[in-house]
Amino acid sequence: MITLGHMLTLSAVLFALSVAGIFINRRNVLLLLMCIELLLLSANFNFVAFSRYLGLVDGQVFVFFILTVAAAESAIGLAILVVLFRERRSINVEDLNTLRG
Amino acid sequence: MNPNLLLAIPMLPLAAAIIAGLGGRLIGRAASAAVTIAAVAASCGLSLYVLNQLLHGVAAYNASVYTWLLSDGVNMQVGFLIDRLSALMMVVVTFVSLCVHVYTIGYMHDDNGFQRFFAYISLFTFAMLMLVMSNNFLQLFFGWEAVGVVSYLLIGFWYTRPSAIFANLKAFLVNRVGDFGFLLGIAGVLYYTGSLDYQVAFNWAPAIAKQTLHVAGTTAGWPAMTVICICLFIGAMGKSAQVPLHVWLPDSMEGPTPISALIHAATMVTAGIFMVARMSPLFEQSDTALSFVLVIGATTALFMGFLGIVNNDIKRVVAYSTLSQLGYMTVALGASAYSVAMFHLMTHAFFKALLFLAAGAVIIAMHHEQDMRKMGGLRTRMPVTYWTCLIGALALIGTPFFSGFYSKDALIEAVHASHRWGAGYAYFCVTAGVFVTAFYTFRMIFMTFHGPSRMDHHAEEHFHDVGWDMKGPLVALAIPSLLIGFFTIQPVLFGGYFGDAIRVLQANDVVGEIGREFHGAGSFALHAVLSLPLWLAAAGVYSAWHFVLRRPDQATAIQQRFSWLYRLLVNKYYFDWFNENVLARASRGLGLALWRGGDQAVIDGVLIDGSAGAVGWIASRVRLIQSGFLYSYAFWMIVSLVLILGVLLVRV
Repeated sequence: MITLGHMLTLSAVLFALSVAGIFINRRNVLLLLMCIELLLLSANFNFVAFSRYLGLVDGQVFVFFILTVAAAESAIGLAILVVLFRERRSINVEDLNTLRG
Repeated sequence: MNPNLLLAIPMLPLAAAIIAGLGGRLIGRAASAAVTIAAVAASCGLSLYVLNQLLHGVAAYNASVYTWLLSDGVNMQVGFLIDRLSALMMVVVTFVSLCVHVYTIGYMHDDNGFQRFFAYISLFTFAMLMLVMSNNFLQLFFGWEAVGVVSYLLIGFWYTRPSAIFANLKAFLVNRVGDFGFLLGIAGVLYYTGSLDYQVAFNWAPAIAKQTLHVAGTTAGWPAMTVICICLFIGAMGKSAQVPLHVWLPDSMEGPTPISALIHAATMVTAGIFMVARMSPLFEQSDTALSFVLVIGATTALFMGFLGIVNNDIKRVVAYSTLSQLGYMTVALGASAYSVAMFHLMTHAFFKALLFLAAGAVIIAMHHEQDMRKMGGLRTRMPVTYWTCLIGALALIGTPFFSGFYSKDALIEAVHASHRWGAGYAYFCVTAGVFVTAFYTFRMIFMTFHGPSRMDHHAEEHFHDVGWDMKGPLVALAIPSLLIGFFTIQPVLFGGYFGDAIRVLQANDVVGEIGREFHGAGSFALHAVLSLPLWLAAAGVYSAWHFVLRRPDQATAIQQRFSWLYRLLVNKYYFDWFNENVLARASRGLGLALWRGGDQAVIDGVLIDGSAGAVGWIASRVRLIQSGFLYSYAFWMIVSLVLILGVLLVRV
């Protein structure tokens, strides 16, 4: 039987993986974007799990919102990535430190 | 009385000042002079009309015409109190001002600042009238400061001369000291009465006299009225140049002569005297304050007279004479003889303005030479100036039947009759002052108009007698200098002219006391033959003649014999030295210390640069966190989130 605890554990694992991906990945901005997607998905997973557990559809409605926003965000993120690559001929995260104080 | 008519009296000169001041270049010299003279003449005529109305029994006017602002229940208004006291001052101010306006046409003829000068003196007339006509302390203070500003502008009229700039700054600074006291006095009145109106303050006067003032939490209380009156009088000391705030007046002679006559002899410097007379209901409540007034006035009257003896600059001699005469008026105030002070103020305004204008005529004739040692023998060459100047001089020393005689003799009698603390000293000073006055006045007359001519080649070449535009005012002033005392002493002093305008307590009524011995102006003059002052004056004239014309060598011998005394007088009792080297140096030192220590070190160094530096230092540390890498930002976000959530969870 799959309980709420299992689902939350899976969600936490996904979350931890994506955070680790953001920290550890020093090479590829594309991977960074994918990790962010994964982050959002783990959150979605939580919503769905609780929605089912409580028997309310509110959480599932939220998932749709988040998916929409995530799609828009990744579209913009990829567009920025393309422009960035044209400018710098590189998508190496180590090279992108112009925000430094 | 019609308030519009009263309003026109000060506003006409103001309008003329604006026209001549702002549009002077546009309308030219002649029009500027014409418009200002017309305005002042109209003012003078209206003032005479007002005085005439009051003399024919019209009630005094006391009302506000405009409310400027209302703040916390204190009403700040523009208003007029026109009684016989202010009407007298208005007539004196506008008449002397008119004479000076006319005289200026000749005196400033060659000056580039012709229009500017007319604008200033018209503005001065406006300010002085506002001061005199006021019915509240705020407007009094406005007029007080406005005449001060115009005085500042006029002393520095020739602003390219360093000495003129020094003199006007000095006048301004010394007057600030006095004004500080004056402001405190007004604040005291406001504190006790909650109103700036004269009438309210006068009605409250007996009540205030019962109060004591605790300054800065001290337990020993000071009588409130004494504090208020002394503070007000400190203002008068600055404006009316009483020791030790007199130092600016001799230096103010750097200005053109017409304004020396108008501002620094006849009108502005008498504002302090007028103010104290106006405040007589307050001053009457404090014997201590009046004794203070008495002693300061007496000291000024005698010791400033001495300085006139050693000066060789014709204008400065007259300036020291003004100081001394202001001292006389102050003594009269201190003796509760306010009406005598006002009477002397009036006669003095005429004959002192006359002496100044005569001195100015001599200076112009001599082509801007002011040193009396280079004059002499001008009697035949400028007869009108000589005779009018002689009338002024005779009036000043108190020759019987001249105007100055009546005011000065009544003044000495009043001091003699006074029993106030310090009256003995004051009586000695004013009596001895008669001799000194006669001596320096006739030393000036003899050195300037008599004896052989000591003119140098340059002055001889340019010598020319002045025109009638300058002689006219001399004659116009000589007539009242000669006659006004004889005709007005009876009504002004003993006929109850001032009525309610001046209030004297029964116990202090010295004027009433001398009035019992008064049997007409003629017999008053004849009676003087038996009194000491007349003989002292005669002795003074004789000594002047002896030392200037007969035996000048003896004067030199005395000067060498008493060289320490001579040095003391030439250095003006070292007042200037003291002010410059002790007071000014100390304040500059204090200023420097505050600038270096307070401003540069604490404010700039610690507060401003220090706070900026601290922020910069913190930022330089914090900046190390900002690596620019996205993953480190994300890392910090997550770590912080975990920490915050952890704290929240633990607390729950």
